Parts: sequence; C-alpha cells; structure tokens
Amino acid sequence: MRLSILKNCLGALAALAMLSAASVAAKDKISIGLLEDVSGDIALMGAPKLNGTMLAVEEINKAGGIMGRQVEVTHLDPQMDNARYQEFARRLIKRDKVDVLIGGITSASREAIRPIVNRSDTFYFYTNQYEGGVCDGDMVSTGAVPEQQFSTLIPWMVEKFGKNVYIIAADYNFGQLSAVWTRSILGKLGGNVIGEEFIPLGVSQFGQTIQNIQKAKPDWLMMLNVGAAQDSFFEQAAAAKLNVPMGSSIKIMLGFEHKRFSPPALTNMHAVANWFEEINTPAAEDFKKRWHAKFPDEKYINDMGYNAYVTVYMYKMLVEKAQSTKKAALRKVIATGDACIDAPEGRICIDPKSQHTSHHMRLISVDGAHKVHVTKDFGLIKPYWLGEVGCDLTKHDPKEQYDPNHLPKK
Amino acid sequence: MFAEIFSIVFQFADVFAFLVLSAAGLAIIFGMMGIINLAHGEFITCGAYVTVIGVQHGLPLPLAQALGVLTAGLIGVVLERTIIHRLYNRPLDSILATWGISLIITQGMLVTMGSSMTGVGTPEGSFQVGEYTFSTYRLVLFAAAVMAMIAIYVLFMRTRYGVQARATMQNPQVARALGVRTPRIYASSFGIGAALAGLCGALYAPTMTLIPTMGITFIVEAFVTVVVGGSNVLIGTVPAAMVLGVIRTSLNAWQGQIIGQIGMLIAVILVIRVLPEGMSGWLLRRKS
Repeated sequence: MRLSILKNCLGALAALAMLSAASVAAKDKISIGLLEDVSGDIALMGAPKLNGTMLAVEEINKAGGIMGRQVEVTHLDPQMDNARYQEFARRLIKRDKVDVLIGGITSASREAIRPIVNRSDTFYFYTNQYEGGVCDGDMVSTGAVPEQQFSTLIPWMVEKFGKNVYIIAADYNFGQLSAVWTRSILGKLGGNVIGEEFIPLGVSQFGQTIQNIQKAKPDWLMMLNVGAAQDSFFEQAAAAKLNVPMGSSIKIMLGFEHKRFSPPALTNMHAVANWFEEINTPAAEDFKKRWHAKFPDEKYINDMGYNAYVTVYMYKMLVEKAQSTKKAALRKVIATGDACIDAPEGRICIDPKSQHTSHHMRLISVDGAHKVHVTKDFGLIKPYWLGEVGCDLTKHDPKEQYDPNHLPKK
Repeated sequence: MFAEIFSIVFQFADVFAFLVLSAAGLAIIFGMMGIINLAHGEFITCGAYVTVIGVQHGLPLPLAQALGVLTAGLIGVVLERTIIHRLYNRPLDSILATWGISLIITQGMLVTMGSSMTGVGTPEGSFQVGEYTFSTYRLVLFAAAVMAMIAIYVLFMRTRYGVQARATMQNPQVARALGVRTPRIYASSFGIGAALAGLCGALYAPTMTLIPTMGITFIVEAFVTVVVGGSNVLIGTVPAAMVLGVIRTSLNAWQGQIIGQIGMLIAVILVIRVLPEGMSGWLLRRKS
C-alpha cells in the first residue's frame, strides 16, 4: 500500500519533471509574434510580408537558430481591422508571451497597437516604409522614412518636371502626414501645392479627381493613394489621357502596380526605394533566387516583404550581441550605434537616437512598357530627421509621433 | 464655359452609371424578391474575373464580358436552387447565409487564384472638350446603364415572363394556383439579378484593380440606391440614382470626395426619414 503510494508519488514527480523539461524545451525556442494582413483589401501587399518572415526564419533555423535556439512564428491575420490588431497584439503579448512582436501594414494599425506594446515588456518591430516621426523606445522601424524617400524624390521631381504639385492622398494618418511632408519639403524648394485631395479608403472612382487635375495643370502628381480600390486611379487616369508625371513613396516597390495594371497606366511614375524586385546586384539576385525557390508563385517581392525578411536577421543580430531577448538588453546594443547587418541591399544599421534604420536608396522610374529603371543612386541614407529635431531615445523616451508641424519641445 | 458644363454633365453621367450598374442586380434580388443579398459584391467580382480571364485567353473584350454576365447568372441560378430557395420570407437567415457565401467565395478566390490579378486595360479612345480629356469608355458605361434599365423595364412590364414574375413576388400561392411554375420563376429572377451584377463587374473590370474583395467597393452604392429607390424597383432605381448622382457629383466637385461620400449618405438617411417607401412609393402616391 505504502509502496504504491510512493510509486504514484514518484510517477507524478517524474511526470512533473518531464512536463517542466518540456516547458524548458518550449521556452528554449525563441517565439516571434507576427501580425500581417493576408486577407482583405491589402492582402496582395501583406502576403509577401508573411513569406519574407517565414523565409528568414527557415534559413536561420537551418543554420542553427538564434544563439542556438530555434525560432518559431505565431502568425495571426488581422485582416486590416484595427480592432483585431489590438485584440491579437494583446493575445500574442499576454497569452502567448512571445519574445518579440513584428508586423503591421498601415500606419493606422501601427498606432493602434503601439499603446499596447508600450504597456508591455515586448519589443516591437515595424517593418514598413511609413510617414516617419515615431520616437518610441519600444519600437524599431526597419522600413524607409521621409528623409530617405521624400527628401530625395521631391527635389529631383522639382528639378526635372517643375514646381507645381498636386497631391492625391488616402484620408488617414499616413496620407495626411505624408502630405505635410510633401508641403514642407516643397516649401523649402520654392514649390507650390496647387491642389490637394484626400480620398476615403475604398473609393474606386476618380472621374472628378482627374478633371480637377486637368483644370489645375500641375507639373507633377504626388501619389499617396492607398489600397487596391484607390489604385484604380491609375487605370482611369491613363484612359482619360491625363499624362502627368507622378511621384510616390509607396508605388511600384510596394504595391507593384506596374505588374498589376497593363501599360501604359503607370508610365512616368517615379519613386525612391530601398528595395524593388528589379534590383540586380549579386546579393539581391541571390536573395531573389532563394525567395522564388521557396515561393514560386510570388508575383513580386515587394519592399515590405524584403524588409520583413531583413527584420528577422536584424533581431537575430541584436539578440546574439545582447545574449538576451530582453528589451532593455537589446536597446543597449542599439545605443552603442553598432547594430548593423549585411542585407541584400548592402550594410544597414539601426540609428541609436531614433531606432530607425539606414538604407541604400535608389530612384526608380517606370517607362511606357512598365519596365523599371534605376534613374539615380543616392547611396546609403541615415534616418537623420528625428535625431535632428531632438529625439534621442538613448536619453529619454517620449513615445510620440512627430512631423514637420509637430516637433518635440526643446 | 461649354467645357465646364460638359464636364459637369459627364461627371454626373459617370456617377449615375456607377450607381445604376451597382444596384441593378440588387434591385431585383433585394427590391423585388426580398433577399438581402450580402453576396451581391461577389457576383460583381465573378463578372469581372471571368471577363479578365476571357481576355487573357484571347477573347475580344465584349465577348469576354458577355461570358462574365452569363457565368454570374448561371452561378446565381445554381445558388438559388441549392441554398437561397430555402430562405424566402426569412430575411435574417438570408443575411447570414448570403454573408457566409460571400466570405467563402472571397477567401476561396484568395486561396486558389491569389491576392491580385493583372488588369486588361481600358479600351483605347479618348476625346477632348476644352481643356479636359475624357475616356470614351466612360460613355459606354453610361449607355450600358441606360440600356440595362430599359431592358429590366421591358422584361418585367411588357413580357409574359414579367407578369408571371411580378405575380409570383406579390402572391406566390395565387400565382401557383393559376399555373405559374413559381420555383422556376424564382430561380430565373435570381439568375437575372446575378447576371446584372455580373454585368456591372464585367463593365468595370477594365477600369479597376482586380482583387477578390473588389465587389465590396460597389456594395454601399448598390444598397443605398435600392433603398432610396423603394419597393418598386422598376420605377424607383433610376430616379434614386439620379438624385444621389446629382448630390454626389455636385459635392465632389465643390468639396472633394470625402464630402461627396458623406453628403450622399446623409441624403440617404434624409430620404428614408421623409419618404419611408422610397422614391417609387412617393411617385406612385403622386400618381394616384
């Protein structure tokens, strides 16, 4: 009798030991919580982001993981719904206790989950190009920002086409703030915004807009329209023979409109990007080959997908240098100013003051047959703006988003 | 001056065509048959996708568009026979069922056909008035909208089938007693509604982004036009589209797309408040 109790106890102990061993093994893995929209209006941009993360994780796991620990990804699809973004961010952080949170496409979704990240100990990586200005120690931004995209593109457009600009922008924070940037940079160059239209998301008919543009006769258009419905502008403008040069911070490299619309809809579109599939350096070719081997059906490797891929390696570098997954330890590595990796675009680093990323920027132009040409190579550009206006995350952490009309108090 | 006036008229025609073509199919399925069809957008997507696939396989655009209309219509008939016919006089259930169908179709398309398709481009042709240039294809859209409305009117008011269909919708028991094969009428009416939705997709396919959820862009306009039109869709849809078109066009031109959209939706609320039976109810009351 006694013996059997003892046996049972031993059995239970053994089971307990096994359980805790299993949980140690589970903990041994580094878990990434990933929020990417792979259904809904922007699924076509979100799908490559998921693929980019999965490719990087597969490569890293094959090569022995991060600090010898395998990486696992929990991906949830918020379907471009900000309420779902918040719900899923809470779930990944609180219930799944992920080591790091990555993702978000629109700036609206990023701003929806940033307060949740701020209340946790989880580090967050935002992997898109965006309107810039987020000075938040809990977040690393790995996409391009206005000083890399607008400060390069707008002077070139003004010199090449003229000073009178018409802005068409999606009516939410990305479109509004990018329009502020365009105005600010144009103002310094002596240019004018002669027309500005904000379009509600989901609008697909642009007859009136096209005529407003024809009436205003701008030298070029700043296209900040977002989402599949609003992209219909290009087809409708081409059919009405609008023929005005266009510049953008999100077209071609991000939504691959030149692949989705038949020529000549995107003719004379110019954009500045850190990645586009047409890059043909040896490192880029090698990266594309690996991507297409794993995802043969991918229509276009966009900059979001590329940035998502690079971000996992960025995280790996930080964790291995810090020998920890804790946010404070990773931020210490960033603060040294020596947080760099060799990416397919070249060597890029995280800036200690803003926790944004330097990028190799190129100006690309689309011709009448929708071929993409590199028109100008700007080389490596650091994300300098936040640091210049007074954001220094190594000293204080305001967790604010700034823009040219809303600067930090000195 | 002439260019300005022409531009205003052209923009109105453009908005009118969009409202009418979005709403035509729904006018029959929701307005006449009483099915709150949340899968209306997916019939539109179906028409658009079949059109584009047809063109990519070498069909001329008009033929591909006809194929799109036909496919959407046939799918409509099949859906009616398998699912929808169980849901007459069960409006809440029909909302749930058609919403489910819509989700299955959009996600199914996303999984099987990918997140986007390459467009076929708007047919060439443009003309100039004053300082403005216009795409000729937009006039085709307007003409198609007018013709679709005339066709619906003739079909339901001037043919034997139309009389049987209206009788079936009003009083199926009596219609059946008089020898009308009501199941067949229901199926064909639903098919015609689906085909008209397919027509909308087929016509707009060359001018828009092709993604599995593209039908959603038409849904709001479709429902508000039908609701403002009121119970008698044969009389109500055209004046509804005209009123909403005038409001939206003038606000678009005056204050831009945001105000245009807000203004149109406020107008809808006001119309429903003042004329609960919609435009057609008001027109019929004035007549009698």
